[in-house]
Amino acid sequence: MTDTPAYHVPGMVPTGPKLITGRFDQVDGFTYEGYVNTGGYTALRRALTEMTPAQVHDEVRTSEMQGRGGAGFPAGTKWGFLPAGVFPRYLVINGDESEPGTYKDRLLMERDPHQLIEGVLIAAYAIGAAQAFLYVRGEMALAQERLVLALKDAYANNLVGRNILGTDFSVDITLTWGAGAYIVGEETALIESLEGERGMPRLKPPYFPAAKGLYMQPTIVNNVETLANVPWIINHGGQEFHDIGAPTSTGMRIFAVSGHVNSPGVFEVPNGVTTFRMLFEAPEYCGGIRNGSSVKAFIPGGASAMWFFPEHLDMALDKPTVDQAGSMLGSGAIVVMDETTDMVAACWRIVRFFSRESCGKCTPCREGTTWLERILKRILDGHGRPEDLDTLLEVCESISPGIAWPPRQTTICPLGPSAVSPIASAVRKFRHEFEHYVQFGRPIEGVHQHAIHGSVAHV
Amino acid sequence: MSRLNDANLAVAKETIARYPRVKSALIPVLHLAQEQDGYVSTEAMAHIAELMGLTPAEVYGTASFYEMFKFEPVGRYCINVCTNISCQLVGGWELLEHAEEALGIKAGSTTPDQMFTLEDVECIAACTEAPALQVNYRYRNKVTPAQFDAMITALRAGELVDEFPPHGTLSRIRQGLPENWADTGRTAQAEVDAR
Repeated sequence: MTDTPAYHVPGMVPTGPKLITGRFDQVDGFTYEGYVNTGGYTALRRALTEMTPAQVHDEVRTSEMQGRGGAGFPAGTKWGFLPAGVFPRYLVINGDESEPGTYKDRLLMERDPHQLIEGVLIAAYAIGAAQAFLYVRGEMALAQERLVLALKDAYANNLVGRNILGTDFSVDITLTWGAGAYIVGEETALIESLEGERGMPRLKPPYFPAAKGLYMQPTIVNNVETLANVPWIINHGGQEFHDIGAPTSTGMRIFAVSGHVNSPGVFEVPNGVTTFRMLFEAPEYCGGIRNGSSVKAFIPGGASAMWFFPEHLDMALDKPTVDQAGSMLGSGAIVVMDETTDMVAACWRIVRFFSRESCGKCTPCREGTTWLERILKRILDGHGRPEDLDTLLEVCESISPGIAWPPRQTTICPLGPSAVSPIASAVRKFRHEFEHYVQFGRPIEGVHQHAIHGSVAHV
Repeated sequence: MSRLNDANLAVAKETIARYPRVKSALIPVLHLAQEQDGYVSTEAMAHIAELMGLTPAEVYGTASFYEMFKFEPVGRYCINVCTNISCQLVGGWELLEHAEEALGIKAGSTTPDQMFTLEDVECIAACTEAPALQVNYRYRNKVTPAQFDAMITALRAGELVDEFPPHGTLSRIRQGLPENWADTGRTAQAEVDAR
């Protein structure tokens, strides 16, 4: 890839190589034949027959690939946290994609399940896992079907199970699934769920499941997109991966762009691309804002992230840049709101999500998200009180002192502070819209009034 | 309604064998019960407790945490309309309102003929295809009111059964225990647990 330096210039190159979405448009991309005929399982063969586990780990470390689940922690470093000599170890794959705005892992599982399985096998080899657990969100029936089919074929072809490809490496992959709980996306909650428990995050420390995870054994939890990149890294080398994207956020990244754009879509783009490119470039990307409107705000990394505004459109989407600007790339979910958006309604809807999905373990989150939702709903229903805005921010303070980014937590996991993000963003930037609601009981002129109803009692 | 039937009991045992510890199979086995009866019955939970060496309270304790598990009969088709942010922005609430009018019920309830249960759900990961809905966990994207009505008419006429299997059915293909299953996880974990 000799032309890679161009990718380092934010927004200069709208498209890059397709590392992991290449089979999305291939009709039989999800089948064993379709995968093998397009170079599938060559990386696994290379890893098992030509490389030691340490060499595989080195390639991933060299790639500096950041995890694609939300936190953006480098995968190679995470693998390195496993305590030496402690067995059995487990590999858990987080396919519980539920962050509002996020739509990538489901596609990777439905359209290219073998690529994920190959990544899982290579990772299991590198870390010495005795078994891998592919935890797929319960509601994703097609993804489950495609993965069952793919695993059956992989077992039948000696790619999973006992003595893989005639080597002395053996590992099983168990496909398992949840039953509807956003919080299970948090890695320790996922482990609890995988142990047959209620999906509540574990008290920290230990901070990393790498030390004590599934059955209190060393466990690596990786996101689906993260592991889907691993076969490419083994085939092309960690350095080549490192040369793509931005120096501080390597490789390609899948973004789902939804909301008020002309053509919403899922795009694999080099890290460091600007939002502007993705929103306004056509035909590859979204082709502008609907009805010729303009951007009022956008969420760069899923519902948990702080909102961005038109002045952020030209910012390069790489981890340190976005972090420094006070938000996060999260799970690659860009939600675009145009000038007709009712910011109070948008804010309420995201807060209702967190209020519904709070597991109830920590008081600030359980009580706080509930009250935030109720206050916002009464403002929306035209029963707001003048003191409500201050009350909102006060409750936010109790959940996340300072209301800063990265958020400070009074809770075990970041779900509570995530509910603060939309409020901090909307109240700060669009305070007049809230005040208008409180004063007149309706939104400001020119925004869309939703057919929202609901049974939340006025308080 | 009932305990697991013989065929499902065999699947449950096979499922348990895929995990290093028995209780890890609880959620998949609960799904099996829901697939059998359309919901998770008290009898099935008692049977599962027996099978896994748990108390019925432990089984219900886990099951009740998860939204997908229903503890009383629901409609043959569960229609989950997403109203989260990406869908809200492009008409999720309007679609839900239309669905309520078309079915004559409020979100969270079931039609008197037990055909449809309507729910207002959180993000279903179809954000670029908004407004989206699921019928028995199978997707319909960018749904217009007219398309919704056509779908309901077809379902009432007994069509679309291939697209939408009965409520509770997730993967229509069973995993099974492959011939070359390595069983290294269970073996190694059993050694550690014995210490």
